[in-house]
Amino acid sequence: MSDAPEPVFEAPWHAQVFAITVSLNEAGLFSWPEWTQVFGATLARHGLAKELNGGEDYFAAWLEALEAVLAEKGIAASGAVEAMRAAWEEAYLSTPHGTPVKLRESG
Amino acid sequence: MPRTPFFLALRPLRPLGSAPDPEVFHPKRGSGDLDLGPVSRQGGPMPHDHDHPHALLPPDPALRVKALETILVGKGLVDPAALDEIIDIYQNRIGPQNGARVVAMAWSDPGVKARLLSDPVPFLQELGYYGRQGEHVTVVENTAAVHNMIVCTLCSCYPWPLLGIPPGWYKSDAYRARAVRAPRAVLAEFGVRLPEGKAVRVWDSTAEMRYLVLPERPAGTEGWPVEALARLVTRDSMVGTGLAREPGT
Repeated sequence: MSDAPEPVFEAPWHAQVFAITVSLNEAGLFSWPEWTQVFGATLARHGLAKELNGGEDYFAAWLEALEAVLAEKGIAASGAVEAMRAAWEEAYLSTPHGTPVKLRESG
Repeated sequence: MPRTPFFLALRPLRPLGSAPDPEVFHPKRGSGDLDLGPVSRQGGPMPHDHDHPHALLPPDPALRVKALETILVGKGLVDPAALDEIIDIYQNRIGPQNGARVVAMAWSDPGVKARLLSDPVPFLQELGYYGRQGEHVTVVENTAAVHNMIVCTLCSCYPWPLLGIPPGWYKSDAYRARAVRAPRAVLAEFGVRLPEGKAVRVWDSTAEMRYLVLPERPAGTEGWPVEALARLVTRDSMVGTGLAREPGT
Protein backbone atom coordinates (compact mmCIF):
# COMPACT_ATOMS: atom_id res chain seq x y z
CA MET A 1 0.00 0.00 0.00
CA SER A 2 1.16 3.56 0.35
CA ASP A 3 4.78 4.11 1.29
CA ALA A 4 4.10 6.27 4.34
CA PRO A 5 0.55 5.71 5.52
CA GLU A 6 -1.12 8.70 7.05
CA PRO A 7 -2.52 8.14 10.52
CA VAL A 8 -6.19 7.20 10.39
CA PHE A 9 -6.89 9.76 13.10
CA GLU A 10 -4.64 12.77 13.64
CA ALA A 11 -5.63 13.25 17.27
CA PRO A 12 -7.03 10.89 19.89
CA TRP A 13 -10.20 12.94 20.27
CA HIS A 14 -10.95 12.53 16.56
CA ALA A 15 -10.91 8.77 17.08
CA GLN A 16 -12.96 9.05 20.24
CA VAL A 17 -15.74 11.19 18.80
CA PHE A 18 -15.83 8.95 15.74
CA ALA A 19 -16.18 5.83 17.89
CA ILE A 20 -18.87 7.37 20.10
CA THR A 21 -20.92 8.24 17.02
CA VAL A 22 -20.55 4.80 15.44
CA SER A 23 -21.45 3.20 18.75
CA LEU A 24 -24.58 5.33 19.22
CA ASN A 25 -25.65 4.60 15.66
CA GLU A 26 -25.31 0.88 16.31
CA ALA A 27 -27.25 1.23 19.54
CA GLY A 28 -30.06 2.63 17.39
CA LEU A 29 -30.07 6.20 18.68
CA PHE A 30 -29.99 7.52 15.15
CA SER A 31 -29.64 6.10 11.66
CA TRP A 32 -26.53 6.76 9.62
CA PRO A 33 -28.44 8.68 6.92
CA GLU A 34 -29.90 10.85 9.70
CA TRP A 35 -26.38 11.45 11.01
CA THR A 36 -24.96 12.34 7.59
CA GLN A 37 -27.71 14.91 7.08
CA VAL A 38 -26.92 16.73 10.33
CA PHE A 39 -23.19 16.38 9.86
CA GLY A 40 -23.31 17.42 6.21
CA ALA A 41 -25.31 20.51 7.13
CA THR A 42 -22.80 21.40 9.86
CA LEU A 43 -19.89 21.00 7.45
CA ALA A 44 -21.67 23.19 4.92
CA ARG A 45 -22.29 25.89 7.53
CA HIS A 46 -18.68 25.84 8.75
CA GLY A 47 -17.50 25.85 5.15
CA LEU A 48 -19.10 29.26 4.59
CA ALA A 49 -16.61 30.92 6.92
CA LYS A 50 -13.49 29.20 5.65
CA GLU A 51 -12.32 26.34 3.54
CA LEU A 52 -12.32 23.31 5.81
CA ASN A 53 -9.43 20.92 5.92
CA GLY A 54 -10.22 17.24 6.26
CA GLY A 55 -8.66 16.94 9.71
CA GLU A 56 -9.20 19.24 12.68
CA ASP A 57 -11.88 21.32 10.88
CA TYR A 58 -13.70 18.20 9.84
CA PHE A 59 -13.80 16.72 13.33
CA ALA A 60 -14.73 20.07 14.88
CA ALA A 61 -17.84 19.97 12.66
CA TRP A 62 -18.34 16.32 13.57
CA LEU A 63 -18.27 17.11 17.29
CA GLU A 64 -20.64 20.04 16.91
CA ALA A 65 -23.05 17.87 14.92
CA LEU A 66 -22.94 15.12 17.54
CA GLU A 67 -23.54 17.62 20.34
CA ALA A 68 -26.52 18.97 18.39
CA VAL A 69 -27.98 15.50 17.83
CA LEU A 70 -27.59 14.54 21.49
CA ALA A 71 -29.09 17.82 22.69
CA GLU A 72 -31.96 17.54 20.23
CA LYS A 73 -32.74 14.01 21.40
CA GLY A 74 -32.66 15.09 25.02
CA ILE A 75 -29.71 12.80 25.79
CA ALA A 76 -27.15 15.44 26.67
CA ALA A 77 -28.31 19.03 27.03
CA SER A 78 -25.70 21.63 26.18
CA GLY A 79 -25.62 22.91 29.76
CA ALA A 80 -24.89 19.43 31.07
CA VAL A 81 -22.13 18.95 28.52
CA GLU A 82 -20.57 22.29 29.42
CA ALA A 83 -20.72 21.48 33.14
CA MET A 84 -19.07 18.13 32.52
CA ARG A 85 -16.42 19.76 30.30
CA ALA A 86 -15.67 22.25 33.06
CA ALA A 87 -15.45 19.41 35.58
CA TRP A 88 -12.90 17.65 33.39
CA GLU A 89 -10.92 20.86 32.94
CA GLU A 90 -10.89 21.37 36.68
CA ALA A 91 -9.79 17.75 37.17
CA TYR A 92 -6.86 18.21 34.78
CA LEU A 93 -5.76 21.41 36.42
CA SER A 94 -5.94 19.99 39.92
CA THR A 95 -4.36 16.61 39.27
CA PRO A 96 -0.62 16.39 39.86
CA HIS A 97 1.33 15.74 36.69
CA GLY A 98 1.83 12.02 36.11
CA THR A 99 -1.23 10.98 38.12
CA PRO A 100 -4.24 9.59 36.25
CA VAL A 101 -6.83 12.33 35.81
CA LYS A 102 -10.21 11.46 37.24
CA LEU A 103 -13.39 13.36 37.81
CA ARG A 104 -13.96 14.23 41.44
CA GLU A 105 -17.37 12.52 41.45
CA SER A 106 -16.00 9.25 40.18
CA GLY A 107 -13.17 9.39 42.67
CA MET B 1 5.70 8.66 -9.19
CA PRO B 2 6.62 10.77 -6.18
CA ARG B 3 3.89 11.10 -3.59
CA THR B 4 3.18 14.78 -3.24
CA PRO B 5 0.81 16.28 -0.73
CA PHE B 6 -1.66 16.76 -3.52
CA PHE B 7 -4.53 17.97 -1.42
CA LEU B 8 -2.63 21.15 -0.83
CA ALA B 9 -2.73 21.79 -4.51
CA LEU B 10 -6.48 21.20 -4.30
CA ARG B 11 -6.94 24.43 -2.45
CA PRO B 12 -8.69 26.58 -5.04
CA LEU B 13 -6.70 29.72 -4.26
CA ARG B 14 -3.46 27.94 -4.90
CA PRO B 15 -2.18 27.97 -8.47
CA LEU B 16 -2.15 24.49 -9.96
CA GLY B 17 1.13 22.71 -9.62
CA SER B 18 2.60 25.10 -7.10
CA ALA B 19 5.06 23.83 -4.56
CA PRO B 20 3.48 22.28 -1.50
CA ASP B 21 3.55 24.42 1.57
CA PRO B 22 4.55 22.31 4.55
CA GLU B 23 2.99 24.85 6.90
CA VAL B 24 -0.43 23.92 5.59
CA PHE B 25 0.19 20.20 5.56
CA HIS B 26 -1.82 18.05 7.95
CA PRO B 27 -0.62 18.69 11.46
CA LYS B 28 0.41 15.27 12.65
CA ARG B 29 0.24 15.82 16.32
CA GLY B 30 -0.63 13.71 19.24
CA SER B 31 -1.41 10.66 17.15
CA GLY B 32 -1.67 7.55 19.23
CA ASP B 33 -0.68 9.30 22.40
CA LEU B 34 -3.27 10.02 24.99
CA ASP B 35 -1.29 12.85 26.48
CA LEU B 36 -1.87 15.56 23.93
CA GLY B 37 0.67 17.90 25.35
CA PRO B 38 0.10 21.58 25.86
CA VAL B 39 -2.31 22.92 23.30
CA SER B 40 -4.18 26.16 23.48
CA ARG B 41 -7.96 26.39 23.46
CA GLN B 42 -7.74 27.32 19.81
CA GLY B 43 -5.84 24.14 19.13
CA GLY B 44 -2.46 25.70 18.43
CA PRO B 45 0.69 24.98 20.35
CA MET B 46 1.11 26.95 23.53
CA PRO B 47 4.36 27.67 25.28
CA HIS B 48 4.22 25.61 28.44
CA ASP B 49 7.66 25.31 29.90
CA HIS B 50 7.05 25.43 33.61
CA ASP B 51 7.39 22.32 35.71
CA HIS B 52 3.93 20.90 35.08
CA PRO B 53 2.54 20.94 38.59
CA HIS B 54 -0.68 19.62 37.08
CA ALA B 55 -1.65 17.25 34.31
CA LEU B 56 -1.51 18.77 30.84
CA LEU B 57 -4.85 20.18 29.82
CA PRO B 58 -6.14 18.62 26.57
CA PRO B 59 -7.49 20.99 23.89
CA ASP B 60 -11.05 22.19 24.29
CA PRO B 61 -12.69 19.80 21.79
CA ALA B 62 -10.98 16.85 23.47
CA LEU B 63 -12.51 17.94 26.79
CA ARG B 64 -15.93 18.26 25.16
CA VAL B 65 -15.60 14.74 23.75
CA LYS B 66 -14.61 13.48 27.19
CA ALA B 67 -17.66 15.24 28.63
CA LEU B 68 -19.97 13.57 26.10
CA GLU B 69 -18.39 10.21 26.75
CA THR B 70 -18.75 10.57 30.52
CA ILE B 71 -22.42 11.46 30.15
CA LEU B 72 -23.14 8.67 27.67
CA VAL B 73 -21.29 6.05 29.72
CA GLY B 74 -23.17 7.24 32.79
CA LYS B 75 -26.44 6.69 30.96
CA GLY B 76 -25.33 3.27 29.78
CA LEU B 77 -25.51 4.36 26.15
CA VAL B 78 -21.91 3.63 25.28
CA ASP B 79 -19.39 1.19 26.64
CA PRO B 80 -15.77 2.40 26.83
CA ALA B 81 -14.49 -1.03 25.82
CA ALA B 82 -16.70 -0.94 22.73
CA LEU B 83 -15.24 2.46 21.81
CA ASP B 84 -11.72 1.09 22.11
CA GLU B 85 -12.71 -1.82 19.93
CA ILE B 86 -14.14 0.45 17.22
CA ILE B 87 -11.00 2.59 17.22
CA ASP B 88 -8.76 -0.46 17.04
CA ILE B 89 -10.71 -1.87 14.10
CA TYR B 90 -10.34 1.25 11.98
CA GLN B 91 -6.87 2.17 13.14
CA ASN B 92 -5.34 -1.26 12.78
CA ARG B 93 -7.49 -3.86 11.13
CA ILE B 94 -9.66 -2.47 8.34
CA GLY B 95 -8.07 -0.57 5.53
CA PRO B 96 -7.46 -0.41 1.79
CA GLN B 97 -5.82 -3.85 1.85
CA ASN B 98 -9.35 -5.29 1.88
CA GLY B 99 -10.36 -3.45 -1.26
CA ALA B 100 -7.02 -4.26 -2.88
CA ARG B 101 -7.62 -7.95 -2.38
CA VAL B 102 -11.09 -7.68 -3.92
CA VAL B 103 -9.71 -5.83 -6.94
CA ALA B 104 -6.92 -8.38 -7.39
CA MET B 105 -9.45 -11.22 -7.20
CA ALA B 106 -11.59 -9.49 -9.83
CA TRP B 107 -8.57 -9.06 -12.10
CA SER B 108 -7.74 -12.74 -11.72
CA ASP B 109 -11.18 -14.22 -12.11
CA PRO B 110 -13.77 -13.03 -14.65
CA GLY B 111 -16.48 -14.72 -12.60
CA VAL B 112 -15.59 -12.63 -9.54
CA LYS B 113 -15.48 -9.50 -11.65
CA ALA B 114 -18.92 -10.20 -13.07
CA ARG B 115 -20.33 -10.70 -9.58
CA LEU B 116 -18.72 -7.50 -8.32
CA LEU B 117 -20.07 -5.43 -11.17
CA SER B 118 -23.60 -6.83 -11.00
CA ASP B 119 -24.23 -7.16 -7.24
CA PRO B 120 -21.09 -7.02 -5.12
CA VAL B 121 -22.67 -7.33 -1.70
CA PRO B 122 -23.15 -11.14 -1.55
CA PHE B 123 -19.55 -11.65 -2.66
CA LEU B 124 -18.24 -9.07 -0.17
CA GLN B 125 -20.27 -10.74 2.56
CA GLU B 126 -18.57 -14.03 1.75
CA LEU B 127 -15.20 -12.34 2.24
CA GLY B 128 -16.37 -10.69 5.46
CA TYR B 129 -15.97 -7.21 3.94
CA TYR B 130 -19.40 -6.17 4.95
CA GLY B 131 -21.23 -4.20 7.61
CA ARG B 132 -20.84 -0.67 8.90
CA GLN B 133 -20.99 1.70 5.93
CA GLY B 134 -20.57 -1.16 3.50
CA GLU B 135 -24.13 -2.39 3.33
CA HIS B 136 -24.68 -0.92 -0.12
CA VAL B 137 -21.72 -0.81 -2.44
CA THR B 138 -21.49 -0.35 -6.18
CA VAL B 139 -18.29 -1.26 -7.99
CA VAL B 140 -17.52 0.91 -11.02
CA GLU B 141 -15.03 -0.34 -13.56
CA ASN B 142 -12.33 1.73 -15.20
CA THR B 143 -11.85 0.86 -18.85
CA ALA B 144 -9.92 2.20 -21.80
CA ALA B 145 -12.88 4.51 -22.43
CA VAL B 146 -13.97 5.55 -18.92
CA HIS B 147 -12.24 6.64 -15.72
CA ASN B 148 -14.32 6.65 -12.53
CA MET B 149 -13.78 8.74 -9.43
CA ILE B 150 -15.67 8.85 -6.13
CA VAL B 151 -16.48 11.70 -3.79
CA CYS B 152 -19.01 12.53 -1.10
CA THR B 153 -20.17 16.08 -1.60
CA LEU B 154 -22.38 15.98 1.52
CA CYS B 155 -19.81 14.80 4.04
CA SER B 156 -17.44 11.85 3.69
CA CYS B 157 -19.39 8.69 2.84
CA TYR B 158 -16.89 5.99 1.91
CA PRO B 159 -16.92 2.17 1.77
CA TRP B 160 -15.38 1.54 5.19
CA PRO B 161 -15.18 -2.28 5.04
CA LEU B 162 -13.17 -2.05 1.81
CA LEU B 163 -11.06 1.06 2.29
CA GLY B 164 -11.18 1.91 6.00
CA ILE B 165 -11.64 5.49 7.14
CA PRO B 166 -11.17 8.10 4.40
CA PRO B 167 -7.96 10.12 4.24
CA GLY B 168 -7.96 13.80 5.14
CA TRP B 169 -8.02 15.05 1.56
CA TYR B 170 -11.19 13.06 0.82
CA LYS B 171 -12.88 14.90 3.70
CA SER B 172 -11.55 18.33 2.75
CA ASP B 173 -13.71 21.04 1.22
CA ALA B 174 -11.17 21.38 -1.57
CA TYR B 175 -11.74 17.85 -2.80
CA ARG B 176 -15.44 17.66 -2.03
CA ALA B 177 -16.19 20.89 -3.80
CA ARG B 178 -14.04 20.35 -6.85
CA ALA B 179 -14.21 16.62 -7.67
CA VAL B 180 -17.57 17.06 -9.37
CA ARG B 181 -16.97 20.48 -10.87
CA ALA B 182 -13.45 20.04 -12.16
CA PRO B 183 -12.52 16.36 -12.01
CA ARG B 184 -9.79 16.58 -14.60
CA ALA B 185 -8.06 19.41 -12.79
CA VAL B 186 -8.28 17.44 -9.54
CA LEU B 187 -6.90 14.34 -11.23
CA ALA B 188 -4.02 16.35 -12.65
CA GLU B 189 -3.17 17.53 -9.14
CA PHE B 190 -3.04 13.90 -8.07
CA GLY B 191 -0.62 13.27 -10.91
CA VAL B 192 -3.14 11.40 -13.02
CA ARG B 193 -3.07 12.32 -16.70
CA LEU B 194 -5.71 10.57 -18.74
CA PRO B 195 -5.53 10.06 -22.48
CA GLU B 196 -7.46 12.55 -24.59
CA GLY B 197 -10.97 11.37 -25.17
CA LYS B 198 -11.21 9.24 -22.05
CA ALA B 199 -14.44 10.04 -20.23
CA VAL B 200 -14.40 10.83 -16.49
CA ARG B 201 -17.37 9.77 -14.40
CA VAL B 202 -17.72 11.08 -10.86
CA TRP B 203 -19.87 9.18 -8.38
CA ASP B 204 -21.29 11.06 -5.42
CA SER B 205 -21.52 8.74 -2.43
CA THR B 206 -24.32 8.89 0.08
CA ALA B 207 -25.17 7.13 3.31
CA GLU B 208 -27.24 4.75 1.19
CA MET B 209 -24.74 4.03 -1.57
CA ARG B 210 -20.99 3.90 -1.57
CA TYR B 211 -18.67 3.19 -4.47
CA LEU B 212 -15.44 1.37 -5.15
CA VAL B 213 -13.46 1.93 -8.32
CA LEU B 214 -12.15 -1.19 -10.03
CA PRO B 215 -8.96 0.19 -11.56
CA GLU B 216 -7.53 -1.03 -14.84
CA ARG B 217 -5.14 -3.93 -14.49
CA PRO B 218 -1.60 -2.86 -15.33
CA ALA B 219 0.01 -4.46 -18.38
CA GLY B 220 2.68 -7.05 -17.80
CA THR B 221 0.97 -8.74 -14.87
CA GLU B 222 -0.41 -11.76 -16.70
CA GLY B 223 -0.43 -14.84 -14.52
CA TRP B 224 0.44 -12.97 -11.33
CA PRO B 225 -1.01 -14.43 -8.14
CA VAL B 226 -3.70 -12.47 -6.29
CA GLU B 227 -1.35 -11.43 -3.47
CA ALA B 228 1.15 -9.90 -5.91
CA LEU B 229 -1.57 -8.15 -7.86
CA ALA B 230 -3.07 -6.74 -4.66
CA ARG B 231 0.20 -4.95 -3.94
CA LEU B 232 -0.31 -2.91 -7.10
CA VAL B 233 -3.72 -1.70 -5.97
CA THR B 234 -3.38 1.58 -4.08
CA ARG B 235 -6.08 3.21 -2.03
CA ASP B 236 -6.19 6.14 -4.42
CA SER B 237 -6.67 3.81 -7.38
CA MET B 238 -9.84 2.52 -5.72
CA VAL B 239 -11.11 6.07 -5.11
CA GLY B 240 -10.22 6.97 -8.67
CA THR B 241 -7.69 9.64 -7.78
CA GLY B 242 -4.89 7.32 -8.80
CA LEU B 243 -4.10 4.42 -11.07
CA ALA B 244 -2.88 0.98 -10.08
CA ARG B 245 0.90 0.76 -9.79
CA GLU B 246 2.85 -0.48 -12.76
CA PRO B 247 4.94 -3.61 -12.13
CA GLY B 248 8.38 -2.68 -10.88
CA THR B 249 7.36 0.72 -9.49
